[in-house]
Amino acid sequence: MEKFNAIEKQLLSAVADLESIPKGAVSVRENGKSIMRSSSQGITISAKTDKPGIDVHIASSVKNESVHIPVIMTQSGLKDLVYNDFYIEPGADVVIIAGCGIDNCGGADSRHDGVHTFHLAEGCKVKYVEKHLGTGVGTGGRILDPVTDIVMEKDSVFEMETVQLGGVTSSVRSTRARLKDGAKLLISERILTADKQTATTEFDVLLEGDGCSVDVVSRSVAQGESVQEFVSGITGKCRCFGHVECDGIMMDKAVIRSTPKISAEHIDASLMHEATIGKIAGEQLIKLETLGLSEAQAEAMIIKGFLA
Amino acid sequence: MLQVKNISYSVPTADGGKKQILSGVDIDFADGEQAVITGHNGSGKTTLAKIIMGIITPDSGSIVLDGEDITALSVSERASRGIAFAFQQPVKFKGIKVGELLEVAHGGEPTRGELCECLSAVGLCAADYIDRELSGELSGGELKRIEIAMTLLRKCKVAVFDEPEAGIDIWSFDRLVGTFGALKGDKRITVLVSHQERIMQGADKLVLLNGGRVEKIGAPSDMLRSIHAEKFCRKLGG
Repeated sequence: MEKFNAIEKQLLSAVADLESIPKGAVSVRENGKSIMRSSSQGITISAKTDKPGIDVHIASSVKNESVHIPVIMTQSGLKDLVYNDFYIEPGADVVIIAGCGIDNCGGADSRHDGVHTFHLAEGCKVKYVEKHLGTGVGTGGRILDPVTDIVMEKDSVFEMETVQLGGVTSSVRSTRARLKDGAKLLISERILTADKQTATTEFDVLLEGDGCSVDVVSRSVAQGESVQEFVSGITGKCRCFGHVECDGIMMDKAVIRSTPKISAEHIDASLMHEATIGKIAGEQLIKLETLGLSEAQAEAMIIKGFLA
Repeated sequence: MLQVKNISYSVPTADGGKKQILSGVDIDFADGEQAVITGHNGSGKTTLAKIIMGIITPDSGSIVLDGEDITALSVSERASRGIAFAFQQPVKFKGIKVGELLEVAHGGEPTRGELCECLSAVGLCAADYIDRELSGELSGGELKRIEIAMTLLRKCKVAVFDEPEAGIDIWSFDRLVGTFGALKGDKRITVLVSHQERIMQGADKLVLLNGGRVEKIGAPSDMLRSIHAEKFCRKLGG
């Protein structure tokens, strides 16, 4: 970690929980360039030759192993677009830690767009964690538009944890998935916006294999004058189960919109969308105040727990 | 000592008038005393309990704790003065774990023994609950028992329980009655809003509210006898 300065270390710690360079497969991208890349016995990371990005091959022999692929940007005004493809072989079990931290101390917009495509073979299991953070005192934007495409073969499992920690001025998060027989997709989203930030999330999930399922849980807090939009599209073309839960806490003059797009195209498709949006419940604040917390402390505890 | 002095409270009605909920309520609670406030539905019991905690502000009158007028103090200020409150309807929190709330209730870092003690007092095992989210994944009865446990864990001078028996199964209720019985050796004042005769029987004092006024204050045995006699007379049409 000696090669990183304090800001870079802070970003790596926040988005990828990296306090030191882990052993095994790792790829770190900084200011539009790959600065570190290594493979392990079962996980091969190679640079794309036709466009920016990496190909990550995960062998069937990989069990309970992790691969870290964080991106950090500290150069104001930089626009970075990267394509990362993941090929997970049958029966593999892997944790992929991604994430992007942008520190912008200048007046020009800094932007990172990561297009991640996952090819899950039969029976494999993937946990994918991506955290996004914006820092810096500059007036330029900290913009992230991540795209995640997931193709899931029979009985594969994809667990996605996507977190926007704060400081991102604008994000459009687009996630598309296609599930075959018995495949299981679990998505957990946490988003915090403030000031005049905007965050849009679009899920588009196609359930086309018998017995497949998707469960999306989104919790968001919108503060200041920020605007969040959540669009969840699920199409069920078979016997399948789909559940979307969108919970939003609005504060100040913020706006949250949630739009369900559910299309049941099979008699045994069971799809549901729940959305609860509102300010912090007064009874929650009062309960915590009866335990001795001030209103501000109570509010902070509720938000911290809600986004945990 | 906790003193409720001449408390009155009203709410506005749709026709522009007002409905009196409490009128001139005067009650003294001595240190170490366990008192039950009872009465018909709508007699003002929960309102009075919430006025003690500061959740509701009275139109007039005062709440005095150990000689200090705390009527103008906020809920958190009263909590820091040593008043604790268990809600009739427990509050749910998404993402907050039982253990975290118990830690806040404790005001420091509770020992494993303290957590076990307060949860076992309501029939729950700490190992099964401290890492669980205080949300819809717990049943109403579990949430209610955790609510009571939080108040038991508070280092307080006055503990107010609003209908602690509501939503509790009969087995847990037995344990709860025992827990309130054990509190009697304590220095703290315990105020229980309750309809349950077994809880009333264990108290030092019974306060009967009727139409927002104190109808009678006395020993539970005497008062329960007169309540039963009154019920019997009503049955006979007397």
